[in-house]
Amino acid sequence: MLEELVTVSTVVNGKHYRRIVEPRLLLSDFIRHDLGLTGTHVGCEHGVCGACTILVDEKPVRACLMFAPQADGHAIETIEGLAEENGELHPLQEAFRDKHGLQCGFCTPGILMTMKAFIAQHPAATEGEIREALSGNLCRCTGYQNIVEAVKLAVSRIGGSS
Amino acid sequence: MTAATNRYFGSPVLRNEDAPLLTGAAMFVDDIDFSDMLHVAFLRSPHAHARIEKIDTTATQKCDGVVAVFTADDLGAFWAPSPLVVPPPPIEDLVFNQRTQTPLARDVVRYVGEPVALVVAENRYLAEDALDRIVVDYDPLPVAAELEPSAQVDAPMVHDVRGNVAAEVRQVKGDYNLAKNNADVVIARRFLYEHGLAQPIETRGIVARWDTKAEHLSVWAATQTPTSLHGGLAQLMGLGSHQIRVVAPFVGGGFGSKLLMYYPEELMVPWAARELGSSLKWIEDRSEHFVATSQERGQIHDAEIAVSQDGKILGLKDVFLHDNGAYNPYGLTVPINSQCAVLGPYVVPAYDSSFKAIFTNKPIVAPFRGAGRQHGVFVIERLLDIAARQLGIDRVEIRRRNLIPSDAFPYKNGIMFQDFTELQYDSGNYLPILERTLEIIGYESFVRDEQPILRAEGKCVGIGVVCYVEGTGIGPYEGAKVQVDPSGRVHVATGIGTQGQSHFTSFAQIAADLLGVAVDEVDVTTGDTDQFGWGAGTFASRGAVVAGNAVHEACSAVREKILNLAAEHFECSSQQLSIENGAVQTLDRPDQSITIGELAVLANPMRGAVKPGTEPGLQATRYFGPEAGTTASGAHAMIVEVDRETMMVKILKYVVVHDCGTPINPMVVEGQIHGGVAQGIGNAFYEKVMYDDAGQIMNATLADYLIPTSMDVPVIELDHIETPSTMNPLGIKGVGEAGAIPVAPAFAQAVEDALGIAEGGSEILEIPLSPNRLWELAEGGTQ
Repeated sequence: MLEELVTVSTVVNGKHYRRIVEPRLLLSDFIRHDLGLTGTHVGCEHGVCGACTILVDEKPVRACLMFAPQADGHAIETIEGLAEENGELHPLQEAFRDKHGLQCGFCTPGILMTMKAFIAQHPAATEGEIREALSGNLCRCTGYQNIVEAVKLAVSRIGGSS
Repeated sequence: MTAATNRYFGSPVLRNEDAPLLTGAAMFVDDIDFSDMLHVAFLRSPHAHARIEKIDTTATQKCDGVVAVFTADDLGAFWAPSPLVVPPPPIEDLVFNQRTQTPLARDVVRYVGEPVALVVAENRYLAEDALDRIVVDYDPLPVAAELEPSAQVDAPMVHDVRGNVAAEVRQVKGDYNLAKNNADVVIARRFLYEHGLAQPIETRGIVARWDTKAEHLSVWAATQTPTSLHGGLAQLMGLGSHQIRVVAPFVGGGFGSKLLMYYPEELMVPWAARELGSSLKWIEDRSEHFVATSQERGQIHDAEIAVSQDGKILGLKDVFLHDNGAYNPYGLTVPINSQCAVLGPYVVPAYDSSFKAIFTNKPIVAPFRGAGRQHGVFVIERLLDIAARQLGIDRVEIRRRNLIPSDAFPYKNGIMFQDFTELQYDSGNYLPILERTLEIIGYESFVRDEQPILRAEGKCVGIGVVCYVEGTGIGPYEGAKVQVDPSGRVHVATGIGTQGQSHFTSFAQIAADLLGVAVDEVDVTTGDTDQFGWGAGTFASRGAVVAGNAVHEACSAVREKILNLAAEHFECSSQQLSIENGAVQTLDRPDQSITIGELAVLANPMRGAVKPGTEPGLQATRYFGPEAGTTASGAHAMIVEVDRETMMVKILKYVVVHDCGTPINPMVVEGQIHGGVAQGIGNAFYEKVMYDDAGQIMNATLADYLIPTSMDVPVIELDHIETPSTMNPLGIKGVGEAGAIPVAPAFAQAVEDALGIAEGGSEILEIPLSPNRLWELAEGGTQ
C-alpha cells in the first residue's frame, strides 16, 4: 500500500537536492540510493553500529534512524564532502591513512563523520575522551587501537593548524 | 642479472587502497546500481524444525511492485542439495553423513531463518511488504536445539540420522593408556566453549545481472571466495565458465562468514536473475545476518592430561561433541582444527582424540576467525594451568618444560590436519617467544611484588599467560598474473578476495621490489574472475602466504622477461642490467636506459617476425602450491582487574609476542593482530548466541549481542620474533587469525587468578565469561 508521497528539500555537501519520496524512506536509503551518495554505509539499520553516521546541521546522526522527510530543510554532510574539492584529503582522512586506522574500510565513513563533529567540539581531546566518543561506532577489523592513534594525530594536526 | 632490491618488502608501507575507502569512493556490493535493478527479499522460516504443509503466494503476486515470487516448486532441476564445499579428510574409519542445504526449503525447515521463498520487486521496501502476504502452513516438529541432548539416540532427528551424527572422527598417536598408567597425576575436566558470530560490519549481499543477448551472468558478491562461487554457479546453473564473471568488490569484513557455503541466497539471486532476464540485488539486513549466516559455536570437551611429577606431559585424551548446525557444507574443518589445536606448541607423546559432530536445528556452523582452534587451545592451556596448580609448579614453568625445542623442527605431530596432510610444524622457536612475553608483561615482578600490594589494597587483580600455534598458509594453491603496461604501471591479478587484509599494498610491495617500480605504480586486482579465475580464496590465514608467493613467482618471471628483452635491446648480457625507477639501466653505461613501459611496447610488436615460442608482452602467470601449511606461533599475556561488586573485568595490560615468519608489512601485521585480539576479547568475555529450547535466537540485534567497542579493547603491546617458514620462498606465515585464537584461556587464567583460585576460588572451565556468569561461578558455580 503506497502512502502519500512527500517532497524533501535538503542541502547535501553544499548542493541542493529536491526529491519526492515515500514518507517511510529511511534517510540512509535516500542518501545512498536516491542521491547516489554511496559512501555512507549501512551496517545494522537499528542504530547501533554507527556506520551510517552523517552530520545533520553539523551534528552526528545515524542516517538509518531518520526518515528522509525529517531531513527536509536541513543541511547534511556525508563522507563525500569531507575532502577538499581538489581531492586534498581532510586531516582526519590523512591521519587514518598514516596510522593504518582502517582495514576493510566499511565502518570508516561513519567514524570519520563522528570524529569530525567531535574534534570540532573538543579540539584538545585526550585519549580517554576520544575512546569514549568512538564507542558508538563499531569496527570489527582494527581493535580500535590505530583508530585512536589516528584521531590523536588528527587532533594534534588540526589543533596545531588553528 | 642483479638481484632485486628489498625496498618495500618488510617495511611499514602505507596502503594503496586507503584513498577510495577514506573518501567514500570505494565500491561495495550495495553501491552497485543498474537502471533495471530489481530487489530480492527472502521469506525465512520462523520455526527451528517444521514440515512445510503448503505455501500460498496468490496474494503476494498481486502486491504493489511485485515482479515474481519463487518457491522450491519453481526451481525444477535446480532444486537439489548443494555440493559439499569441503570433503572430509581421508582419516581411517571416519564417519561422515553429508547433509547439505537446498536453494530453498521444500518439505522441511531445519533452522529459524532458513529461506522458504523469495520475492522480487521494484524496490526492497515493496519486496519486504510482499513477504507478509505469503501464507505458509507449517507443522512444527520436535526441535534438537541444545548440543548434548541432541546427541542422544532418542533425540529429535534433524535429518534421517539417529543421534544426529554428522561425523565421527578418532585420531590417535602413541599409547595414551600406557601414558596414563605411567603418570604421577591425571587431571580430567569438562570444558564448555560457546562461540559467537563473525559479525562483519558489512553484511552479506549479492548482485546478479543476466544479459539475455550475450547469455552472460555477472555477479558481484560480498564473498571471500569469488573463484569458488564462479565455479559453483557454472556447475549448478549449467553455464560455461566463460559465461560467468564473479567480482568480489570491496568487501566490508568477512572473518569466515563470507566463505562459499552455497548459501541459498548466493544461488537463488543469480538463478532468479537469469529466470527474469534482469538485474537483481539482495542485501542481507542485520536481523537476517543473525539467523542466515554461518556461526561457529558449541563444543563440549571431556579432556584428560597425564603428567609426570615434574610437569612433563605424558599424554592427552579428549572426547568432544561439536555442534554442526543443521547442514554440513563445510565438512569437518572446524572440529579437525579443534582436534589439532589441542596439541599446541608442546611435546605430547601420546594423544587420543575423538569427536562427534552433531546436527542441531540451528544455522550452519563453519569457520569464523580461528575456525575451531580457540576451543582446542582453551582445552590444553586450561589443563596445563590445573596440572601446574596440582603439582605446585608455576604455570609459566610448566609451559617452559613442555615447549617443543627449537632443534626439533620440522616437528611431526602424527595426526592429520584440515588440509589433508600430516600436522607438521615447519619451523618455530617457542621458548624465546614465551620469555619475551613474560619480560614485557613483567610477570615475575607482578606476581612477586605488585599483585600482593594491590591485593592488600583490596584490588582483585590477576595475570594470565598462554601459548599457541596456528597452522596457516595451507594449499591447495593460488595464482597470479602480472603484466607491465605500456604506461610503465604494473598490474597484478590474483583470484583471492580481499576484506581488509591490505592485499592491494602487500602484493604491490612484492611486485615493486622485483620490477623496480614504486609501490603506488602497482595496481592489484583481487577477486575478479575475468582478471584471474583460478584459486581457492581468502581464509585460513593463507592469502598473503599462498597468493603472495604466487605474486612473487609471477613477478620473478616477468623480471626475467624484462631483463632478457632489455639485453637484446642493448645488445649486452642481462647480467649487466639493473631495474630501477621503472627503467632498465646497463651497469657500465648509466646514461643508457629504457623504461619498462617502452619494453612492454617492444614485447608486443605489430609487424615483423618473432622467434618461435615467443610470448607477447611482459606478462607471466604463475601458481604457488605449498606441500603443506606453515605454522605461526605466539604467546599472549594479560593483567586484569575484576570488580567484585559488578564482576566487570578491566584489562589493564595486554601483550602479544608472535612469530609469523618474515612479515611483508609490519604495520599490516600489527593491525591484523589488534583486530584479532579484539574479537578474542569479545569471544572470551561476552559474545554468546543465546537460543531457547525451541531453537529461537534470543539476542539477534547488535544491542543484545554485544561486540567490543573502543572502551573494551585495551592498548595491545606487540613484539615480533621471526622464524622464516621453510614452506615457501618468501618465508612468510599467516597472521590473520592469530590474534583471536588464544585470548580466551589467557582471560580465564587471569580472571581465575584475580578471583583467588590459589585460595580456593572456582575453576573456570567455560567460555564466554560474562559478568553474570562470573558472579555465578564465584558464588559456587552452577554448571
